[in-house]
This record gives sequence, structure tokens and C-alpha cells, in this order.
Amino acid sequence: MTAADRSHSTRPAGYRRFNRRAAGAAAAIAVVGVLAVGAALMLMRAAQGQSLVADLSSHLIRVSADFTGAEVVLFGAVDSPGDVAVVVQGPPQDVVVRRKERTLGVWMNTQSMAFDDVPSFYLFASNRPLEDIADRPVLERHGVGLDHLRLRPADAELEGSLQHTVFRRALIRNKQTAGIYSRAPQHVAFLGEQLFRTTVSFPANVPTGIYQINVLLFQDGEVVSAQTTPLAVNKVGFGNLVFAFSRQHAAAYGLAAIVVAVFAGWSAGMVFRRR
Amino acid sequence: MTVYLPIAEMSINALVLLGLGGIVGALSGIFGVGGGFLMTPLLIFLGIPPSVAVGTQANQLVAASVSGVLGHWRRGNVDVKLGMVMLVGSSLGTVLGVLLFGLLKRLGQIDLVINLSYVVFLGVIATLMLAESLSALWRRRRAGGPARPRRRRTALHGLPLRMRFDKSKLYISALVPFTIGAIGGLMVAIMGIGGGFFLVPAMIYILGMPTTMVAGTSLFQIIFSTAIATFLQAYQNHTVDAILALLLLLGGTIGAQIGTQASGKLRAETSRALLAFLVLAVCANMLVQLVAPPTDAFSLTVTEPP
Repeated sequence: MTAADRSHSTRPAGYRRFNRRAAGAAAAIAVVGVLAVGAALMLMRAAQGQSLVADLSSHLIRVSADFTGAEVVLFGAVDSPGDVAVVVQGPPQDVVVRRKERTLGVWMNTQSMAFDDVPSFYLFASNRPLEDIADRPVLERHGVGLDHLRLRPADAELEGSLQHTVFRRALIRNKQTAGIYSRAPQHVAFLGEQLFRTTVSFPANVPTGIYQINVLLFQDGEVVSAQTTPLAVNKVGFGNLVFAFSRQHAAAYGLAAIVVAVFAGWSAGMVFRRR
Repeated sequence: MTVYLPIAEMSINALVLLGLGGIVGALSGIFGVGGGFLMTPLLIFLGIPPSVAVGTQANQLVAASVSGVLGHWRRGNVDVKLGMVMLVGSSLGTVLGVLLFGLLKRLGQIDLVINLSYVVFLGVIATLMLAESLSALWRRRRAGGPARPRRRRTALHGLPLRMRFDKSKLYISALVPFTIGAIGGLMVAIMGIGGGFFLVPAMIYILGMPTTMVAGTSLFQIIFSTAIATFLQAYQNHTVDAILALLLLLGGTIGAQIGTQASGKLRAETSRALLAFLVLAVCANMLVQLVAPPTDAFSLTVTEPP
């Protein structure tokens, strides 16, 4: 059992109350809340001998019709000074990266490489530049930073090849262009030596699903404590109903789409006839 | 006014979609083409994933062609018998096209094939139409009378299974409209278009149909081929966005009515020349996309969504 697991099983009632309040509160109120609750958490945690506790201002992002992006405040406390890194990963997906080459005057896809279990979203934050926090092998082990994120080719024999390096870089670049991989690390701000917070921003095109938010505490270049927190990004409202219907009853959805279209076209024709 | 498109998974301004639907709908009414060859590239340009653009477009075209065909129907400009023969062909073509679409997508060549088909089909057809309509306009100005439709006797008239189509005053082999329909059906599935820009000139130049009958009959046939495509795309590929289609068809149906009424006021040659220019413009745009170096030579495809 890890420190992270224990922290979940010992949540006090006051903790939940804060969670509800902060979800709807403005940033300023959130900071005050963070300080107050962070201090309370820290005391409790100190009693239990844990070195890291963190949580989110909200565990659910609702993607509704007018969704334009969302921000979630991640806050926490450490019992002894160290470096904190936060890694946010979206649900994994399989991706094919294709490369275009000029053939007979026309640009066409020639080479391709398949990757398994690529995070659909990736963002990380740290209080200091990563190279000052830990060495490359440590960062790679925990997937901290895009340069250290393991992107596994479907064909295991290609791992580490030049082709892998090139296509891996292209995968990251394309995801960054789409705005769903961060270009630069976000900042984790320390309030004093023990409380920290950072803001995680999600764009309008955020992929839906269950996210894993990993908070790591480094001391002397090693991870001494870690906690994983889930975050759900769900479609809500009419859009969600349409989406669910289109997947669960695809045939009925297709027929309904045709009926609606025929009716719309017919009624428009009738309206214009009377005029 | 922002709306969220649940299948395309993105937010977009509803007014943009309504306006886009209206403009393309008006063009479809004027020319008797579905307008898909304009709409699909424009949707992709707005950031809609290409597969969703193609699937949704089929759905939108159902409404646009129903609305468009009503005006022609009232004027008696639909040859149902000929349309049915074409429909048999286009149903087969659509099913075949959806299968081919899936195969090309797995091979990563669907974008190339879409672009190439646009360039080849649009280029050839626009050039033919432009040449024909310009020379007709020129003749009219010189002679002062309407250009006489040309009836050529070609090898096509020697084919078996001849059928009489009274409304179009044709006595031709059923294989010809069947084949034209089949090619149109392939286009619905692969290019996300009704195929009107191909059907209209094919019906004029190959079948020798009267121009007045062409728009109504092609729209009549497109209703069914797009309905089949909508069902297959929704059932197999989950690429029909009902919200997006609803917004497009809201603008599109109204636009199509305006277009149908305007089409009566335009000379057939003028309307064909205008359409030819439009088709050429889209063709040129596609050609540039094919030969210009891409901003990033690499692209991503999600093969297994979360």
C-alpha cells in the first residue's frame, strides 16, 4: 500500500465540504481555501507520516454545448521541502503517425508508424526546470516532461530506432499543434515551503474520458512520494444524449437522421409553396 | 452563439453554419447539384474532421435535395422512371464506395484519393461545361436564337436493354443511366458529395436529356443515394453529426428554395457557365493542396479511440 492509497482512505468529513465549496468558488476564494485546508491536511498528514497530499478543486469537467475550456486548481502540501511535479494524462489511445512524401509531383503518405497507448492529452507542471529536479532516467521512469514520456511503437522491435525518434517527435508536435499536449511546462507555485498549487487548463477540444493526474514529490533527485488523482471529463446535456444514442443505437440513429432530414427538407418546401 | 457538435467533438458558432448552409443551399437550387463539393471542403476548412464532414454532408444533402426536388416536381421536371433506373446503380455504387472508403482509410490513402478524385472529376467536367456553355452563349449572341440541342448517335445507342423514357423523350439502353448512377453513388460515399456536378453534365451530354429535366431528376436520385450513405456512415463509422447536419440543413433548405426559384430566371447556358467557374475554382484549390508542400509532412490518425 502506498502513501497515496492511505490518504484516500483517511479523508475526513471537512475535506469533502471544502471540495464542494471550492468547485464553484472564484480563484481568490480558492486560494484562501487552499491555504486553510492545506494547513489542516498538513497537520493530519504529519501525524501519519505521509510526505505528500494533493487534490483538485473539481474531479469532474462537464463538456456542455457552450464549453470553451476549463481550469482546475490542483493544490496540496508536502511535509518536508522538495520539488513537486504534476503530470496530467488523458485516456490512452492507439495512434498511427503517417509521413507524406512527394511522389510524382503529389504529396502522399508513404511511411507510417503505429503507437499503442498514447495519452490523448498530456500536460505537466513543476516548480523548477526539470533538469534541476532529477536526472533523465528518473524522469523517464515516471514520464515527467514530454521529452521523457514513453511513447511505445506497436512494433516493439522498432523501439529506440531512428525511425521511432523521428515519428515520436512528429506525434508530439502534431498533438501540440492541436493544443492537447502542452508546449511548455506549467508552473507549480509554492506558498511557503509546504503548500503548493498549480492551475491546470483544459482547451475546448479536450478529449473526454477518465484522466490520471500524477503528483510527484522529489527529494535529492529521487521520487519520495507520489499520489494519483482521477479526473473525469464528461459530455453532458443534449450533446451527450446525441453522442450516446449514436454509439449505442447506431442503426436507429442513422434512420432518425434521415427522417429528420426528409422532414426538414419537405417542410421547407411546403413553407415556400404557400408564400 | 456557440454550439457543441457531439460527434465532431468541437464547439463552433451556429450562425457560421447556418450561413454556410444557406449559401450552399441556394447554389444547389440554382444548379441542381447538391452543393456537397463546396460544403465538404468548407467544413474541413472550419476544422471539422474530414470523416465527419463527409458523413454529415450525406445527411444534410438528403434534406437539401428533398427541398430542392419539390420545386422541380411541381413544374413537372422530374423523370421518375429514369431516376429509378439511376437509383438502382447508385445504391450499388454507394455500398461499394463505403467499403472502399474503409479500406483506403486503413491504408492511409483516403485523403489523397479524395483530393485526386476532386481534381480529376471537377477539372474534366468544368472544362467540358465551360467550353459548351460559352460556345452556346456565343452562338446565341450571333444567331439571336436559342442553341439547338445536339443529338449524337454514338456507340452508347447500340447497347442492349433499351428502355423508353417518355418524359425525357429518350429511347436508350438502361445500362447507361445505371452506370451513371453507380458512379454517382461511389462519389457520395467517397467524396461526401451528392454527385450532382457529375450527374448533371453526364445526363446532358451522355444521355442527351432535356436540360429542364436534368436538375429535378438528379436531385430526385440524390435523395436516395445520400440517404443510403447517411445510414451506412452512421451505422458503420459513427461519422454523422446530427446537430451539425441540422444546422446546415436549416440554412440549406431555405437557401435551396430561393435557389430553385432563381433558377427559372437564369438561362440554362448562363447557369451552366457559372457552375463551371465554381467547379473550376474548387478544383484549383484541391490541386494546390495536392502539390504544395504541407505545413507538416506528418499527420496523426487515432485508430482506437479511448
